[in-house]
Amino acid sequence: MAENEDLAEKEREKNRVAMPEQEPEERRRNFEEVPLGYTPEMAVAEASRCLQCKSPTCIEGCPVEIDIPAFIRLIKEEKFDEAIRKIWEKNRLPAICGRVCPQETQCEGRCLLAKKGRPIAIGNLERFAADSAREKGLKDLSPKPEPSGKRVAIVGSGPAGLTVAADLLARGHQVTIFEALHKPGGVLVYGIPEFRLPKEIVADEVESLEDQGAEIRCNTVIGRTITMDELFEEGYDAIFIGVGAGLPRFMNIPGENLVGILSANEYLTRANLMKAYQFPEYDTPMPKGKNVVVLGAGNVAMDSARTAMRLGADSVRIVYRRSRYEMPARAAEIHHAEEEGVEFLLLTNPTRFLGDDEGRVVGMECIRMELGEPDASGRRRPVPIQGSEFEIPCDLVIIAVGTGANPLLTRSTDGLELNRRGYIVADPETGETSIEGVWAGGDIVTGSATVIEAMGAGRRAARSIHERLTRDLQPSKSVED
Amino acid sequence: MHQIVRREEMANGNVILNEIEAPYIARKAKPGQFVILKADERGERIPLTMADTDPERGTITVIYKVVGKSTELFKSLKEGDSYQDAVGPLGQPTHLEKVGTVACVGGGTGIAVLYPITRGLKRAGNRVISIIGARTADRLFLEEEMRAVSDELFVCTDDGSRGHHGFVTEILKKVLEEETLSLVVAVGPVLMMKLISEMTRPRGVKTIVSLNPIMIDGTGMCGGCRVLVDGENRFACVDGPEFDGHKVDFDQLMQRLGAYQSEERKSSEAHRCRLER
Repeated sequence: MAENEDLAEKEREKNRVAMPEQEPEERRRNFEEVPLGYTPEMAVAEASRCLQCKSPTCIEGCPVEIDIPAFIRLIKEEKFDEAIRKIWEKNRLPAICGRVCPQETQCEGRCLLAKKGRPIAIGNLERFAADSAREKGLKDLSPKPEPSGKRVAIVGSGPAGLTVAADLLARGHQVTIFEALHKPGGVLVYGIPEFRLPKEIVADEVESLEDQGAEIRCNTVIGRTITMDELFEEGYDAIFIGVGAGLPRFMNIPGENLVGILSANEYLTRANLMKAYQFPEYDTPMPKGKNVVVLGAGNVAMDSARTAMRLGADSVRIVYRRSRYEMPARAAEIHHAEEEGVEFLLLTNPTRFLGDDEGRVVGMECIRMELGEPDASGRRRPVPIQGSEFEIPCDLVIIAVGTGANPLLTRSTDGLELNRRGYIVADPETGETSIEGVWAGGDIVTGSATVIEAMGAGRRAARSIHERLTRDLQPSKSVED
Repeated sequence: MHQIVRREEMANGNVILNEIEAPYIARKAKPGQFVILKADERGERIPLTMADTDPERGTITVIYKVVGKSTELFKSLKEGDSYQDAVGPLGQPTHLEKVGTVACVGGGTGIAVLYPITRGLKRAGNRVISIIGARTADRLFLEEEMRAVSDELFVCTDDGSRGHHGFVTEILKKVLEEETLSLVVAVGPVLMMKLISEMTRPRGVKTIVSLNPIMIDGTGMCGGCRVLVDGENRFACVDGPEFDGHKVDFDQLMQRLGAYQSEERKSSEAHRCRLER
């Protein structure tokens, strides 16, 4: 019996259509996208595995509630244009989500097939539908809504802001997106590397918003260039804050300011936004290392490690204080990093950095850890093993241990209620903040999370903003979904 | 796009003044704050503290020294050309209030940053003693402007070609002995700011320095500009750029400023090769 089950499982496992990828040996030295995408035949074959459940659980796992079985059925029927339209009903950025969502903990994690084998490759299929539409130049052709005459200011052009913009445009409101950097896209542009999310895709999505009438104002720091109060004075009827949680966290251990130790934010922003990996064709320099250490084990850590590998490092090591099981990165990113030769030094924590006479980092002292009782996060707490210190040589250290709330906007805005960690307090259902007419969502509310969660928050906020704008004179705080 | 409406060369073409259209920044900027400029698509983001602003004309003025690829590229922009990107005002403004007698000390291009601060301190009702210095007389600039906003102005050159033959620190030493200073503001090379802070520390004279470390975004996101102040990391872009000189770890700052020296050389060489071709 058990043997039969094993066989059946292997059969299903085998049946999942793998997405072709650049070979690890080749891709570990280039910045081109790693997964190459499904062919139509592959997509149809994978879509055919879907059980088309009567009460689908996958949708519950999707923060924006895409009708997953419906779009998969349309792919199976080779109605690719209709498939993407089905996705667009709920998600305007599918080419991005298909690539960066943590599907294994969301939609795919709830797939019934996962109980016995590999879940249906929802992310791959979403990407396929979006890419085929892009290649064909297919646009969201929903009829232009009646202009409402309302104007909404969106602060931050990351996934939350872009989603709010798309949803409000579709409801006839005028939107202006304010971006502090010189390019729109937020973390999609400065944070996620080209080999995981080609910047052309982000640019396309932004362009399509502009086609629909969105105004995008880059180089505008709300809180500095223009204050929140001035936005209302300029006549905006509502403001959405989606500025992300862009304050890098450091380890606060000795030697951290040595040359060659950078936050992942800095490292990735140089590489992605400034295109420093193409230095000197681009003017921003990229710190290079022969022996690179990345601290942390989330997606940002994997992105940093894989970037360092592509820039020609001899060795790249992820140093993480917990075990493999607790690593927060998407499974696919860990797998890709490993295939590309990134090593994992687990249950290890740095205790200090070692420098030379010129103040450059040359090594790191670490201590071995073991797992103790579960902590507040439910994960077993790593505890140092006394006397187990050891040194590793390194000439570049990238710190990817998370981010905190950037206080630039929140500090300059009176009356905006923050929690003790500096994040904006917002209603989880509506995104409303303590200031009338101001909504917030994404990492600046929840702390570091995922692209799709920020988009989910954007979606809910857009719904609430729309209701408020169209029910103008009602003072009620509660907004029904 | 941000058009250059006025361009001047100073100090034998080593120092460039650009007055740039940036109405939103001009409307908001206060002395001590900086902007980030980027010349073109491939350009670097370069932070520069503003030397002046004109809210009515909607312009800001920056004065920078040509030191590498990016500033060479900036220098090649003529009147009527544009910077692709300008963002600001960034950082905390100088705290301008009446405290009594203040000394404003500037070295090299630091004088450009010092000028609006000096003017602000003068307008706040302080007695202002200014000391400015450069390597040679032809590298000195804003002398008349500084004189106009100071009660007393001392000029120094390293080679004696104008004013006092020697360093600004020598004049400051005298001033410290003769006057009761409530505040010293020092802007210039890191070594100069360090020496001045060491001179004022034993006398307990509050000393403000303006730092210009390596940074990318200027909004607290990259942490590249972190400076050790009183044993704690502070970000020059959002907490600064001005800090208490008695608390700044200048030695570490100097090391961090040298982080990309070899890359900068490579970039400048590549730029010159392209120009020569």
